[in-house]
Order: sequence, then structure tokens, then C-alpha cells
Amino acid sequence: MKPAPFKYYAPILVDEAVGLLAEYGPQDGRVLAGGQSLIPTMAFRMARPSFLVDINGIAELAKIDIGPEVLRIPACVRHATFQGDAVHGPTGVLLRKVVHYIAHYPIRVRGTFCGSVANADPASEWCCTTVALDGTIIARSARGTRRILAKDFYKGVMTTDLREDELITGVELPLLKEGTRVGFAEFSRRAGDFAIVMVLAAYRLQNGCIFEPRISIGGAEAVPRRISDAESALLGREISASSFERAAKIAAEVVQPFNDNNNTINFRRSLVRTLTRRALESAA
Amino acid sequence: MIGSRKPGIGASVTRIEDRPLVTGHGRFAGDVSFPRQLHMRLVRSSHAHGKLNSVDVTDAMSIRGVVAVWTAKDIEDLPPIDFREGAIEKLAAFRQPVLVKSRVRYVGEPVAAVFAEDPYVAEDAADLIVVNVDELPPVVDAAEAATEFTLGLSTEPTVCRQGYGDVEAAFRAAELTVELDLSIGRHSGVPLETRGAIGRYDASKDVLELHGAAKVPHRNRELLARMLGRSLAGIHLFEGHVGGGFGVRGEIYPEDILVLVAAMRLGRPIKWIEDRREHMIAANHSRQQRHKIRAGVDREGRLIAIDNEFFHDQGAYIRTHGTRVADTACGMLPGPYHLPNYRVNGHFRLTNKTPAATYRSPGRYETNFVRERLMDAIAAKLGISRVEVRRRNLIGKGEMPFKRPLVALGDDVVLDSGDYEQLLDKALARCRWEDLERDVASRRKAGEFVGLGIAMYVEKSGLGPTDGARVNVHTSGDVEVITGGASMGQGFETVIAQVCAEKLSIDYRKVRVVHGRTDRIEYGVGAHATRATVMTANATFVAADKVRMKALDVAAQLMQAEVQHLDIIDGNVVRTDIPSEATISLAEIAHHLRPASPTRGDRDPGLVAEGWFTTDHMTYPYGVQIAVVNIDSGTGQVHVEKVLIAYDIGRAINPMLVRGQLVGGFVQGLGGALFEEFQYDERGQPLSVTFADYLLPTVQEVPDIDILLTEDAPSTCNPLGIKGAGEGGIAAVGAVIASAVDDALGSIGSITQLPITPQKLKAMLDKHNRNGMTREQS
Amino acid sequence: MTERIEICLDINSKVYRVTIEPRKTLADVIREDCGQTGTHLGCEHGVCGACTVLIDGEPVRSCLIFAVQAQKNKIRTVEGLQSEEKLHPMQESFIRNHALQCGFCTPGFLMLAVGILEKRPNIEDGELLEVLSSNLCRCTGYENIVKAVRAAATEMRQRK
Repeated sequence: MKPAPFKYYAPILVDEAVGLLAEYGPQDGRVLAGGQSLIPTMAFRMARPSFLVDINGIAELAKIDIGPEVLRIPACVRHATFQGDAVHGPTGVLLRKVVHYIAHYPIRVRGTFCGSVANADPASEWCCTTVALDGTIIARSARGTRRILAKDFYKGVMTTDLREDELITGVELPLLKEGTRVGFAEFSRRAGDFAIVMVLAAYRLQNGCIFEPRISIGGAEAVPRRISDAESALLGREISASSFERAAKIAAEVVQPFNDNNNTINFRRSLVRTLTRRALESAA
Repeated sequence: MIGSRKPGIGASVTRIEDRPLVTGHGRFAGDVSFPRQLHMRLVRSSHAHGKLNSVDVTDAMSIRGVVAVWTAKDIEDLPPIDFREGAIEKLAAFRQPVLVKSRVRYVGEPVAAVFAEDPYVAEDAADLIVVNVDELPPVVDAAEAATEFTLGLSTEPTVCRQGYGDVEAAFRAAELTVELDLSIGRHSGVPLETRGAIGRYDASKDVLELHGAAKVPHRNRELLARMLGRSLAGIHLFEGHVGGGFGVRGEIYPEDILVLVAAMRLGRPIKWIEDRREHMIAANHSRQQRHKIRAGVDREGRLIAIDNEFFHDQGAYIRTHGTRVADTACGMLPGPYHLPNYRVNGHFRLTNKTPAATYRSPGRYETNFVRERLMDAIAAKLGISRVEVRRRNLIGKGEMPFKRPLVALGDDVVLDSGDYEQLLDKALARCRWEDLERDVASRRKAGEFVGLGIAMYVEKSGLGPTDGARVNVHTSGDVEVITGGASMGQGFETVIAQVCAEKLSIDYRKVRVVHGRTDRIEYGVGAHATRATVMTANATFVAADKVRMKALDVAAQLMQAEVQHLDIIDGNVVRTDIPSEATISLAEIAHHLRPASPTRGDRDPGLVAEGWFTTDHMTYPYGVQIAVVNIDSGTGQVHVEKVLIAYDIGRAINPMLVRGQLVGGFVQGLGGALFEEFQYDERGQPLSVTFADYLLPTVQEVPDIDILLTEDAPSTCNPLGIKGAGEGGIAAVGAVIASAVDDALGSIGSITQLPITPQKLKAMLDKHNRNGMTREQS
Repeated sequence: MTERIEICLDINSKVYRVTIEPRKTLADVIREDCGQTGTHLGCEHGVCGACTVLIDGEPVRSCLIFAVQAQKNKIRTVEGLQSEEKLHPMQESFIRNHALQCGFCTPGFLMLAVGILEKRPNIEDGELLEVLSSNLCRCTGYENIVKAVRAAATEMRQRK
């Protein structure tokens, strides 16, 4: 299982990378960041890029930047960054909870946040996270820079709005306000496996009542999305088993899961219900 | 007294194999390289069934670095791959050709072979080969009516039939009949090292070499010599380190033939290393059977008759094992129970899937599941405890040896020794069964879906008929044991060294064990069917004993003493009659036995001897497995909390290694019970071709495992009393997990299929909830 | 076949100068071009972990990185664990605790365990198990691997 041949470039500046993509993107050129998804695909020869633009050497893309309102995650930031306490507050808590579900330790050492976003696997935890937090994807090309909202970015299984000459230079996540409670639940066959269904839940409390609820489902449909009907069902309610169960039931009804060999529509729907409830409970 | 006795048989010593393996100096097939070698890459069918029209290799041949590309016409003279046991006329037409001639029969079947300077280039070239096939409808269900394999031949080449008694009369007399339709999913050994073979032809000596051989080097050598028309002296097999076998590795596959033929014809060594995707579709599958079983019992739950019809999904061809797995299933189904009347019809069916063969505890993993499901069903129907129903059916100690009018592995089934009831009681006591039952009951009241399962089983090991070993003490004092055995990681060398060291009273670390080398010893039956310890260890014991006697004989002469007043301690011969400082080391004795030594006398040179051990019967270790499981009702996920394996092994040469075998086997069995399956779609396309879809257990899936090893029933078939442990861990896992999950489900549902998946369980739970009860767990 | 690039790899503190295609994985280059065959290939798609090496102290799957990407890094493989004739405590612990049978997955586990314990000597047991679940073993059932790693962890902490 050896990859097909390619020409290799290792730019050290973003502009260089963008220039290379302008030329080679349309010629079946791909960006190489963490490689933890791309390289196995190349090993199976399901992907045979003729050109690889390795962005790991671009210093500008290596480190997160925490602003007063926004967390900026440039393209080469590894999953492992979020294992520690690099990010404070509820956003940090959430990212720490989520990161442990991503594959395994050695994958997290190399794989990147933005790489997952670009890959748009329905089972990707970060894709679900970007949608839950109303994130923005920053895409650069020789033609300029675009800002794309997460909810508009994912188009289908492994399909995004990204053009073939565009590089994701980073993702911006608005920081959750202090006091936001966050929960995450996922089901997979074994720990570290691709998620079959995942739910990210977050909310704030005011006078014991829920406001700013967020429920984002991943893995069940072709793209992750927030379930507004379930969120509405929580708005203004007190924290209780029954309000969580109600929201979970609605989420399970509203979602339109896809079918695959091992995981039927009904099973995924069932999981949405269980995991929505558990995500909400773990946030409480 | 001088010195002390070093640990030998029965000691949990560390392994002599380990040092090279922990320092990265192992020599697995992928690590073997020869100058000027070419790399072979196979082009495999992407169709499950069809007429092969053409194979276009033009583009492939034009790539720089490609030396040759072969299809069937380039190896026209080669016969199909024969059965290990020899020719079987009735099944001959179903053997696999080395490369597809006219009909492709499974996705993964070898169609062409590329030989190139570099494995990357070989794969590039293979990609460019165009295989033109007219698709035919594939057969994917072995239980459907048989169809045509080829003109005049059906996809049911044979039916494996065994039986005795009057089954019909017995059913008429039965108080109760239980009928079940049970299926075991297709899965297999999947070792971590994929297959590999390196062929080399030494023209200077006219010797053809196959490196990377495993499991049964001598048997394979015979088969290869026959297939290639070479004398035995002109072909040798060399086994290095092997990354797990489990039955799957070491059979003769098309790739082994190709590297040898290509080595001769192309005049260069040929290296082939399988990749993981290939392994999943080309190495032997196993286990897939569907059993429609009917049992008649009396009102006490005692079996009066079993009538079993099963469908064995053999895949596209009959490989080296012939119908062995299905035959074994027939013979071993009754397990440890009395069964006065029995009839079994094993429909041996060909389908358009990867061919199947043996995988650790073949025929038993499947039938243990089937039989123990039956016992649980009988218990449930009659309202008797699952323990009691088993107890009532057990063959008693006083009835041993117990002969069944059945055949398994070509051998009459004669249970040599065993106290099944005693082991059952020990197992129940060890796990505190009644406490477990109470605990499970109270957890259930609190809403948990927790269950307790039990399974009893009989294994088989020590397949003969005979094995030999040569023990040689060098003048340096080191000892070499040359065996025809094979090692795939089970600790073969250490066990043999311990046995030899015990007899010669030396440090086992001074013993080198040779295996997998047809050029060092003429005969060997390798390592399979849990036979290495039983056969080769006993042969080693015999040989070491002869060496010991020879040493004492020489020492008697040199020390002017009587043999009965001499002993060996720490590698030195000492007197036991009078206090004396005089000793002679084994090394010195070897020196005295040099050909030119004046003290050798009439004796043959060398402190060396050959020993043979022959047995006409297999031996039958036995066990009990108990498991506690918990179902997450929100997801259907099964969590195995704890497990007990109680196993009577006759005698343990190295308890630590035995435990390793049982635990390792258990975890493999867990894979088959909950995770692993080679799935196919309706077009015969394999769906589980990567480690992302074929799921092996990780450390997180492993429960607490308690092992109770007993030595209450040493084998009567060999002087060391050994029964072997290789397959004891895996054999009953499907059975015990199903039993426990069933118990957890209660009246909600019943397990009739392996693997047990969360999806299937959740569907059962959801359906039940819709019907009224609420045992929802957070 | 595309053009080849000359690169230098620092493996176990020794520099190897090799000329390779960019598509050649680090695992293949370590094994074939640098002759260090202790690192094994179990799947070539990043799931089994048999190919695990340490790159700048972190466990990484060497089948999921091209050799050209590892030029500036310090790579450690199983061959570099021992110092001269003396085995690393992790290696000794594996032997003592019968943590290997066929030995194919062993180098990957050794590097994974050594890597994580050097980085986090006081790692909590639950997390240690989570890290160990990164790699697959087909022979041992993991029990003794866990035992060996725990024992070596204690010893490594004491030696510091």
C-alpha cells in the first residue's frame, strides 16, 4: 500500500503556499498538513495527488492566538494542543473534552484542527465543534481571502465550500462566555474509532433557566448541524431530566440520519436521543 | 551436595526468545532481503464472480524497473494447490489455481503477478494492468440452494456426515424438543504481521529456498516439491520470526508458489510482502457457519438426541485443509456431554468469497457457541438452572476414556481423561457463582442490563502421529535441540529448552532450540492444532533422556563408578554414593566423545541423541468459562466486566506462558463475539478491508480475566501428561459472551448470531421499550 | 517514479544520508534505506501502531509521515532504546512480565510507552491505558503489556 508518485513542495511562507496552490490546485494538487487522514487515503491510492504542498514548515501557521472574543486556530495547530490548558474558560473545557475522542494520542500529535475541518468527514469532532460554536473558516487563495461561516462550509460527506486553489489558513471560534456549561458525548465501537454519532451541548443559566442553548449533532447526517428545534425546547427551561429528555427526543425526531452497512437510520436516531441527553447531563 | 537444581518443567521462567524481539533485531519476512532481489506485487480480482476475458499488461511492462509480468499462461504447467493430506479425488476440481485461468471466483483472487526492482514501482505497474471480466451473479449465502460451480459440479462438493444411534426414535421419545437457528460471522486470525514469502534459487547447489515459511515447514516442503517436480533435497524452507499464525499463516498459498517459480525462472530472489488490504481479502477466512440444530431432551434436561444441519461457508475454493473444519465441527459438537443419539449433516458450500480454512480452535469455536446456546435454551424452557442442566449431562470421570463413535481431525474421538464436574465446581467456587447471581439480580432491580454467562467445552490437542527431536551437547557445554517444530510467538523455544534443561539438569538459557529449518532435520510436523508442546516436548524429553544416559555411561567409566550412583546437577555429573569432590561436566563428556577421542570406545561419537514420541490419539483438555457483562441500554454497547477461564491442562511446563496463551486466545475470541466480521455486500464485494472496519479488540475492550489452571487430569497419552493450551482461551468465548448477553437481555431477546453488535441489541431493546417496559438506563 | 531527493535523517543520534522519492514513508526509509528493521509495518494506514517511533520525543506513526518531512527531527526507534549492552527498563520489564509473544507489535508498544512516560512520568493510570489503547496486539491480550508498562513506569520514576 504505497502512495502513487507526486511532486513535493515545502513552502515556508503562506504566500508561497498560496502561489503553489494557484498553480497546482487545479492540477490535482493537495495540501499536506498533519497527513493523518490524507496519507492513509494515499496509501490506499484512493487519492493520488500529483502535487503535495507541505505547509508544516510555515511558522506563521503554527500557534493558536487567543483574543478577547475569539480563538484563532491557524492551519498547523495540532489536535494535541487542546489536550492541555492552552485555552482557558468554557471553550477550553469544551475543547479538552472533545479532543480525547479524536483517534489516539500519536494521531493527535501530528493531525491538525484545520485539516479535520478541510476533510469534512461526518465523523469529525472538530467539524461538529465549529458548527456548534458558530465558527468561521478563513480561506486564502491568489484571488484573496474569504471568510466562510461553519454552517455554510460543510456541503456533504467529505465535501466543503473550499475551492481547489484555496488554503484554510485558520479557523476562528468565538469564545464561549464565562459560566457556559459544556458537554460532549460520542458513540463509537471502540474508544478512538470513527464516531457513529456525536452530540455537543452547551448552555448558560440565568435564574436557574437555560439560555443560549446549543445542540450540535455530528456523525448522524452528511454534515454536522445545530438542531434549533431541540435548542428551542430547552430555552427558558430548568435543568431537569425531563427537559433534557424532551430535547433529546425532539433532536432524534428531527434528525435525518443516513444509512450505512452497520448503522441503520433507526440506530443512529436512537443514538442521537441517548447522546443528546448524555451531553446535556454531562454539561450540568 | 554441589549446586542446586535449576528451574525446569513447571517454572514460569522468562523466555529465551525475547531479547532480539525487544531490541528490534527480529527477523520477520519483511526484514529478509537478498542482493538483487525483485519485488512481487499481485493484481487481484475486483469482481466476485465472472469470466476472465483478458489481462492487458502492456502499460505495466513499459514502466522502468518492471522486469516481468505473469498471468496464468506463463505458469500453465503448474497444478492447482493440493490438499495437505494428499490427493482427495472427490474434491480435486475445487482446488485453487495459482493464477486465475478462466473464471474469477472471489474479490482478491490473484490474476497477475508483477516483478519489479522496487515495491513502489511494482504497485505502480500493478495499477496499470487492465483485467477484463464478464460479471456473473455471485453466490453469497451458503445456506441458499446449491448452484453450479462449473459444468457438472455443484457448489456443494460434499456433505460432511457423521452420526450414530436412532435419532428419529429418540426424538419421538423426547419430553421436549428445542430448535435453534444459529450463525457465526465470518472472521479469522488476522495476525499483526501480514504474510510474506521470499523465494531464492541457489543455482550453485540446485537448491530452491523459501524464506518466511511457518507452521508446518516439512509438510509444506513435501507439497511444494510435489507441485514443482523437485526432489526433496532440492528444496528447503527457512522460518525466521513469525508475527502470529493462528492457523491462517503457513498454509500454501498461490504467492508462495509464485515466488519460488519466479526465483528459478528470473534468476533473482523474489520478495513478496502482503499489505493489510490484501491480507483481509486473500488470507484464509474462517468461522462462518449457520447451524439449524434440533435437540430432544428428557424432562430433566438430559440430551437424548441432536440432529444438526449446518451450512459451512467455505468461500471460493477448497484450500489445503480440505473439509477439515467442517469435519471437526461434526465430531466435536457434543463437547463434554452425553449424547446417546446424534446425526449431523454439514453442507460444505462454496461461495464467491475469500476461501476459508482453520483459525484457532477451528470447528470448536463455532460448535461451542451452538451447543452452549442449546443448553441455555433447554434450561430456559424447562425452568432449570443453566448450571444444573449442564451438570446433568456431563460425562463422568469414571467413564474415561470415553469413546464417541465420531471422528475429528482424522482421529477417533476418545476423551482420554477428565473430571468435568470437578472443574465445574471449582470454577463456580472460584468466581463465587451464587454471590455473582445475587449481585446481578440486585443490579438488575436497580435498572442495569447486567448478565452472567457460562459455557463448558472440550478442546483437542496433541495431534500426532509422531515427532522427533535431536539433542546435542557441544564441547562448549551449550546444548542444541534440533526440532521440526515451528514458532509463531507462542514460546516454543522456551518450553523445549525447559524440558531439555530439566532432564539434563542445566540452565535452560544454555539451550538453543532450532525450528522451522528443513535443512537441519529431516522430519517435522510443525506447530498447529496445539501440538508443539505435546509432541515436540515429549520427543525432546526422550532425546534428552538418551543423552543423559549416554553421559552417565561415559562418566561411570571415567569416574570408576556405577551408573546408579551418579546424577547430574547443574550440568555436572556427581557421585551420590560417597562424598566426593570429583565431577565431570557435560562439556567434558562431550569432549570425550569426540570422534578421535581415545576414551570414546565403541560408542557413537558426540553427546547427542535422537528421540521420538509417538501417539495414536489426541488428548482432550477441557474448560469452563464464566463471564459478567453489562449492556449500555442507551447505545446497545456490551461491556464485559469480568471473566473466569477454568482450564485443565494436564500439566503446565511454563504456567506464565500458558496464561499468556489463554488470555491472548480469550481476547481474540472476544473479537469474534463482539467486533470482528468480514462483511460482504450482495455483489460479493468485501466491506471489511481495513483496520477501520475490521475491528480488533484494544486494551480498553479487555475485561479482568481470572485464570484457574488445574492439573487434575494429566493426559494419559504422553509421559509428561501435557495437554497443551494454545486453543483453550478462545474456544468458548463466543458461547460464554452470548450466554451472558442473553442473561442480561432477559426476556427481551435472544442471541442467535455472532458477532453481537450494538445495533442489533439496541433494536431489540427499543422494540421492547415500545412494547411497554421501561428499563431505560442513563 | 519521480525525481529523488537527498535527505538526512537523525535516527538514534546517528545521521543517515539517503536519496529517496518524496512518496516514501518514514517507516519504509527507516527500514529499507537506513537498514533499521526493528520498526514494523502492520497496516500502513495508521491504525495498528506497529510502526510507532519517537519524533522529538513524541510517539508518531511512521507510516503516516513521509521521510522528507522528518529531516529536522530527532528520531528514535527501538534499536536506540538500549545503551550498549544494557537494556532499557521498559525492555527488561517486557521480558520479565511476558509482555510479548510473537514480538511483531512490540517495538511499537515500547516506543509508545517510553515516549509517553518520558514526557509524563506521573501520568495517571487511566490516561496511560488510554494511550496504550492506541496500539494493537493480536497475541497477548494486552494484560501483560499493561503490567509491564506499569512496572517500568514505577522504575523509570524512581531512577529520575
